[in-house]
Amino acid sequence: MKSKVRLMQGNEACVEGAIIAGMKFYAGYPITPSTEIAELSAERLPLTGGKFIQMEDEIGGMAAVIGASLTGVKSMTATSGPGFSLKQENIGYAAIAEIPCVIVDVQRGGPSTGMPTSPAQGDVMQARWGTHGDHPIIALTPSSVRETFDLTIKAFNMAEKYRTPVILLMDEVIGHMREKVQLPDPSEIEIVDRKRPGCCEEYFPYRPEEDLVPPMADFGTGYRYHVTGLVHDETGFPSNNTDDVDKLIRRLSNKIEMHKKDILLWEEEYTEDAEILILAYGCVARSAKSALKTLRKRGIKVGMYRPITIWPFPGERLRELAGKVKAIVVPEMNLGQLVLEVERICNNITRIERLNKVNCEIIYPDEIISKIEEVI
Amino acid sequence: MPSALIKDYFRTDKLPQIWCPGCGHGIITRSIVSAVEKAGLDKDNVCIVSGIGCSSRAPGYLDFNTLHTTHGRALAFATGIKMAKPGVKVIVIMGDGDATAIGGNHLIHACRRNIGITAVVFNNNIYGMTGGQYSPTTPKFDKGTTAPYGNIDKAFDICSLAASAGATYVARATAYHATLLTSLVQNAMNNDGFSLIEAISVCPTYYGRKNKKGNAVDMMEWQKNNAVNVNAAAKLSPEALAGKFLIGEFKNSPEPEYTSEYSKIIERLKKEGR
Repeated sequence: MKSKVRLMQGNEACVEGAIIAGMKFYAGYPITPSTEIAELSAERLPLTGGKFIQMEDEIGGMAAVIGASLTGVKSMTATSGPGFSLKQENIGYAAIAEIPCVIVDVQRGGPSTGMPTSPAQGDVMQARWGTHGDHPIIALTPSSVRETFDLTIKAFNMAEKYRTPVILLMDEVIGHMREKVQLPDPSEIEIVDRKRPGCCEEYFPYRPEEDLVPPMADFGTGYRYHVTGLVHDETGFPSNNTDDVDKLIRRLSNKIEMHKKDILLWEEEYTEDAEILILAYGCVARSAKSALKTLRKRGIKVGMYRPITIWPFPGERLRELAGKVKAIVVPEMNLGQLVLEVERICNNITRIERLNKVNCEIIYPDEIISKIEEVI
Repeated sequence: MPSALIKDYFRTDKLPQIWCPGCGHGIITRSIVSAVEKAGLDKDNVCIVSGIGCSSRAPGYLDFNTLHTTHGRALAFATGIKMAKPGVKVIVIMGDGDATAIGGNHLIHACRRNIGITAVVFNNNIYGMTGGQYSPTTPKFDKGTTAPYGNIDKAFDICSLAASAGATYVARATAYHATLLTSLVQNAMNNDGFSLIEAISVCPTYYGRKNKKGNAVDMMEWQKNNAVNVNAAAKLSPEALAGKFLIGEFKNSPEPEYTSEYSKIIERLKKEGR
């Protein structure tokens, strides 16, 4: 059974998805262009027995989300560039202490206050390396309203499954664009809850199981364990032992690495016979799709590779495709961020052409078409 | 042989603690735990949250649900815990720099919301963990490694700050007045809303040495001789109070607690059939 067709914007779809995924706590701070996510969460959560709090600042929003998640409830915050910068220290905390949570970043023009109401894709690298130290991260980028709904649920599922912060990297266009969507029946949606320890055995909060993920006990349920942002051993207590440090930092990274098959998502169009490949994500993928159709009609063999998971980057399949095409064109609303991954993976295999726009306007289909005409 | 209190409420395998000889933090930690024991709280239902600094190491030694967070953010983490699970007793341990410098914003807003958290600020007038830099509670003209010629900042009065920001229970004691401290923490925990206790510690290693305050015993002696209970102070002349500081209960005026106010909204929506 399908629900009725609705007209909604990306930010709305994000909250719909979060509620379906089981979000029971939201803490945040108002910031354009993500504010609707806070507003709708404030409205919806108390109706579903959940809680909303507007914190005194972005840092507090991130901190409260981690605190709430420790009690066992699925938690989310949303922000944009400046707020995303402020949240970074505590995102690192969630990474090392392995606290499941979802952070939505609706990208706007930066740096600093930049262009608050205009789209950009300048936070790609911040999503990966915004917090200090080697750490794992998962970042997903929707390119439609419906996909925002789906990926918000996936973000929660991955956060729970891998005990890690997950970033939903939207952009102003996707956040504010209104589209016709038909949401799936909730009974057809897979919802994942974190592993919890069995009732009676001795509990080691950071002793991983085979999947490298340790079961997580809710605070206040009898386990009385310690959580810290310091490097810790499997008991959860701080350790200065260099072997423990090495073991933890590698495990955190490997726990994402070993589940890439589940985590990496991408979409391909016309890649079977493509001679030119467009690599695009987020709102730019919409323009790329339009350009693709026009060029195909003209008989030009263009295909598209759209990473949906951008961190970790789905590079293996891209490398295969790179061997079959004359060039990869990478349109981005930044001065070249995700293209660095493409270059790292595909250099010496094929030509890589950048198309960058930083005036905070979306890249139009015509601009992609011109670039491809130039390349062929 | 550890006392029954230590055996029952401390993670004895994590002792001895990391604090310097003569540090007041151990006494303050014990006072808090003693208050928990007297209140007869279930350990499984107590959550102790801290930030970063010397004081913030305390939860690691205590046998509760314990969370050692980021610098200045303990109250914000604790707010998430209390909101998500209002039935949990949340105690927050912070240092003076932690609570009033980097975490100052969270402090005033936790006070303003009157969220059901008991906050204890271990005030040693210095950044101890990083080696003795001046903090927002270092007295004017005192020295720190970053104030080699004397500190020109005016010190915060943490209790006045908390009271005017809206905390519904505010009190102060010292490491010397450990018994008083225990009873104040107990009173604070009986307040449904936000309570703040300033626990004046001693740091002979950095603050004391840098400012020629003598050893730990001298510094405790100073606390003994210069603290005046707020009740006694009411009867003393301004001359008699010159150079003294006040301890005791400054504010105890309960108001509706934040998470129960939120629960009322949920209940109201249910009643309206929404």
